[in-house]
Amino acid sequence: MHNLTIAELIKGLGNKDFSSEELTRHYLNRIQRLDGNYNSYISVTEDIALEQAQAADKRLAAGEAPALCGVPIAHKDIFCTNGVRTSCGSKMLDNFVPPYDATVVENFRNDGAVMLGKVNMDEFAMGSSNETSFYGAVKNPWDTNCVPGGSSGGSAAAVAARLAPAATATDTGGSIRQPASLCGLTGLKPTYGRVSRWGMIAFASSLDQGGPMTRTAEDAAIMLNSMASFDAKDSTCVDHELSDYTASLNDSIAGLKIGVPKEYFSEGLNPQTAERIQAAIAEYEKLGAQVQEISLPHTHLAVPAYYVIAPAECSANLSRFDGVRYGYRCEDPKDLADLYKRSRGEGFGEEVKRRIMVGAYALSAGYYDAYYRKAQQVRRLIKQDFVDAFQDVDVIMGPTATAPAFEFGAKSNDPVAMYLEDIYTIATNLAGLPGLSIPCGLVDNKPVGLQLIGNFFAEAKLLNAAHQFQLATDFHTLTAPGIE
Amino acid sequence: MDRSDIAKLAELARIEVSEATVDEVAKSITDVLALVDQLQAADTEGVAPMAHPLDATQRLRADQVSEDNRREQFQTQAPAAEQGLYLVPKVID
Amino acid sequence: MMEWETVIGLEVHVQLATKTKIFSGASTAFGAAPNTQACAIDLAMPGTLPVPNEQAFRYAVMFGLAIDAEIGKCSVFERKNYFYPDLPKGYQTTQLDAPIVGPGHVEIQLADGSTKSIRIHHAHLEEDAGKSLHEDFHGMSGIDLNRAGTPLIEIVSEPDMRSSEEAVAFARKLHSIVTSLGICDGEMSQGSMRFDVNVSVRLKGTEELGTRTETKNLNSFKFMEDAIKLEVERQIDLIEEGGEVVQETRLYNGETKTARSMRSKEEANDYRYFPCPDLLPVELDDDYIDAIRQQLPELPDARQARFVEQHGLSDYDAGMLAADAATAQFFETATEQCGDAKLAANWVMGEVSAHLNNEEKGIKDSPVTALQLAGLIARIKDNTISNKIAKQVFEAMWNGEGDADAIIEAKGLKQMSDTGELEKIVDEVIAGNPAMVEDWLASDEKKRKKKMGGFMGPIMKATKGQANPGMVNQILSKKLNDML
Repeated sequence: MHNLTIAELIKGLGNKDFSSEELTRHYLNRIQRLDGNYNSYISVTEDIALEQAQAADKRLAAGEAPALCGVPIAHKDIFCTNGVRTSCGSKMLDNFVPPYDATVVENFRNDGAVMLGKVNMDEFAMGSSNETSFYGAVKNPWDTNCVPGGSSGGSAAAVAARLAPAATATDTGGSIRQPASLCGLTGLKPTYGRVSRWGMIAFASSLDQGGPMTRTAEDAAIMLNSMASFDAKDSTCVDHELSDYTASLNDSIAGLKIGVPKEYFSEGLNPQTAERIQAAIAEYEKLGAQVQEISLPHTHLAVPAYYVIAPAECSANLSRFDGVRYGYRCEDPKDLADLYKRSRGEGFGEEVKRRIMVGAYALSAGYYDAYYRKAQQVRRLIKQDFVDAFQDVDVIMGPTATAPAFEFGAKSNDPVAMYLEDIYTIATNLAGLPGLSIPCGLVDNKPVGLQLIGNFFAEAKLLNAAHQFQLATDFHTLTAPGIE
Repeated sequence: MDRSDIAKLAELARIEVSEATVDEVAKSITDVLALVDQLQAADTEGVAPMAHPLDATQRLRADQVSEDNRREQFQTQAPAAEQGLYLVPKVID
Repeated sequence: MMEWETVIGLEVHVQLATKTKIFSGASTAFGAAPNTQACAIDLAMPGTLPVPNEQAFRYAVMFGLAIDAEIGKCSVFERKNYFYPDLPKGYQTTQLDAPIVGPGHVEIQLADGSTKSIRIHHAHLEEDAGKSLHEDFHGMSGIDLNRAGTPLIEIVSEPDMRSSEEAVAFARKLHSIVTSLGICDGEMSQGSMRFDVNVSVRLKGTEELGTRTETKNLNSFKFMEDAIKLEVERQIDLIEEGGEVVQETRLYNGETKTARSMRSKEEANDYRYFPCPDLLPVELDDDYIDAIRQQLPELPDARQARFVEQHGLSDYDAGMLAADAATAQFFETATEQCGDAKLAANWVMGEVSAHLNNEEKGIKDSPVTALQLAGLIARIKDNTISNKIAKQVFEAMWNGEGDADAIIEAKGLKQMSDTGELEKIVDEVIAGNPAMVEDWLASDEKKRKKKMGGFMGPIMKATKGQANPGMVNQILSKKLNDML
């Protein structure tokens, strides 16, 4: 059962091949037996899962099943879940039980999905290796000496280890696409504003976007159908027409114009990874696409701009964690200043504290213009690169990450090396564009991802291109070694 | 970034940085700032700063009460609350 | 002796009379139990997001139009970062570079009857903070966040005032404008309007501004006046003794009439403003603004002019009555009912106002309604009671003893206007006071008029004060003159 895709599970549940309760118990059982190897879950919500599964079975029996009725999924622990601890991977929120649901969580509930639990992540989504979680590092099912990527490493590991058919995730600078790449999955970051941020604990508000982590493009389309919505509670959520993202999956991509940015094949790229990417693009040519080289001239400025903007926003977004109304509070604060400094000093991990301080610096008197304002200007230049490129092409393709998964500790003491891990993914967040990573082969027996970047709200086009590739290839069906 | 810079930032961000880690923190923040300093080379003459990826404008909400009193539920999350108030060490103006 | 000039600028916080908070749907009603009107957004719970209240913008635009200011057609919210327990997000959402109201001006009337124009630098929308209650909870302070998120406009004046009298006149005029517009309830005692005063002194004739101090959070006109006088005196003394004024924030204590430096507010005044990424620019078009302009209620200056024109009041009286919308309404209702604007004006500015001041009540809480007052005035006009008796009746009305007619009836205060009855009493008094009559007859014409008054005492005593004084005068004069 655990090797079935969501599309197949929906069929199986509909045909009564198995019940949601059977399916859910199967997954709960796998999590209990196997997650010790991966540490992908922070909380397993067995009671809720079984209750939801039983309710789903009734609806299935009554023939009134919504789209995802009875399908188990896992939520990244950044999405608030009413009555279920939501930690954001941090000691700060280790005891936090939200009295409300994120809109994404509500959407999946309304569509009948079953929540298996909350999956691990880098603390406050800050990291590219899932090593910053208060709940410990997540292991890559392809090689448990290696990182799964981050920050949605728990989402990726859980799906890759077949401990969830799919998971929600979030992407601020590559946090869906890079772990998808490192774990051999399909991960979609939608257009900024496509998915509601209500109840999704903010890291950098103008960059954060929720999206699905799945095994196939078809599953990503099914998941996005539930995830995407217009939400008046999120001022930055866009009231853009919602489409059925599965409707155009089977459209031909003959004539699709693909742009390959020369800047994405610079010296930092692992040569074997480059080969896999080139091969994947050649496959697209076989499918009738037209490939042309393009230039995104400000690519090299994306990481520097991001590491001003994201820390600046996070420095303010994380000020609410002060030990007063919820969350961690230090023992016996001797005065108000001590309450703040120790609650935050003890409640946050090193990477989070580093980014808060960098952000405070970039916004402080005398530095605002040189850092924050400058980064905002560069952000416009980066967006303009894409706007210009999409005059000529339909989809941009290149690598998702510079190399396959690296070993634990390889970059954790060098923040800058870690930041450069997202060199190919960050620009799309700055521009607000949708991006997708799909598996395109192995290097050293570890997966490599091809990144597809689309124009604003062109998710259907990206999913169509990805699905056509997956019809023609079988990289997405490869399973990590040792998975039962 | 020296120790006094870190002390200032720590104060601004209300984060305790222990004496044992201050040098390490200073070094890593210096490294990050060196990375972001690459921005200075960019020609941004005449470029308007961009705060949001979309050129959207703000929606406004009608002035209607939509929230009930959920104090008891919210305060189950509070580290210290009494008589409906959140408690903090004495506030001195 | 050096001659000093005082320079004053004001920052005025005006709570807008919206039903809900500026960024949440929680009620803003005053006086609720602590934290019962603080919703998840107001508490800055993780994942919550702000959505601005249209009515707050409407009210701010009304104010802008009332002071002849340019309206900000594209206003931007920024985050002002600082830690304080009454500020749940760790930043205040406010406006900085692109406020909703641009430069404008307010005319004030000075004691000598001249007018002066005070320039407004701008007014911006922002959220109020909660309250720290300093009662002792085992050495802790209690935080009530009901007020957090209440919409404010902060009105910032230019340093155009030269005395505490001018500052108070300006503050009163703002009070008059915002209450007339109905955008603020004007309840100073509830903190609906709070003043920060910036004060500096300089030698008369010099151009350069002296170092200023800011005295914060004054919530009555009286406190403001006293605080300014105190601060001016302090600064002059300091300079004359060879000292220097230090730029600082000061706190005035209205009970002890003393002020002190607030050093805690001084340190690390680096607010790190940046545009709030959870909110988008607010665009208002000409149609929206014009529609508000057309529905603008009558402003105090226009009302004053109308009172002079329509009711024949003096400029001064009209100004007094027109300043406060509720007082103006009270006056107009009473006038409409009793048909005598002058009497109504005298009573509103006289007894009503004196009693309200005495009990520190607003006119909305007056125990005597406008209709009741009109009923009393009607009895004066039809000679049922004298002015003197009317005050007695008013006192009883104030104490809740009923309408004027009921009180006059119950207490038998009806004026004696029966000619035959009065003639009988006058005859008795003349007969009973032969010496006074002798004296009167012996006096010259000039003195007779004055001495006639001597008879009034015994007559009033005989009638328990209820004799119609005009009629008594007529009868007495005739009878005495007949004896000549």
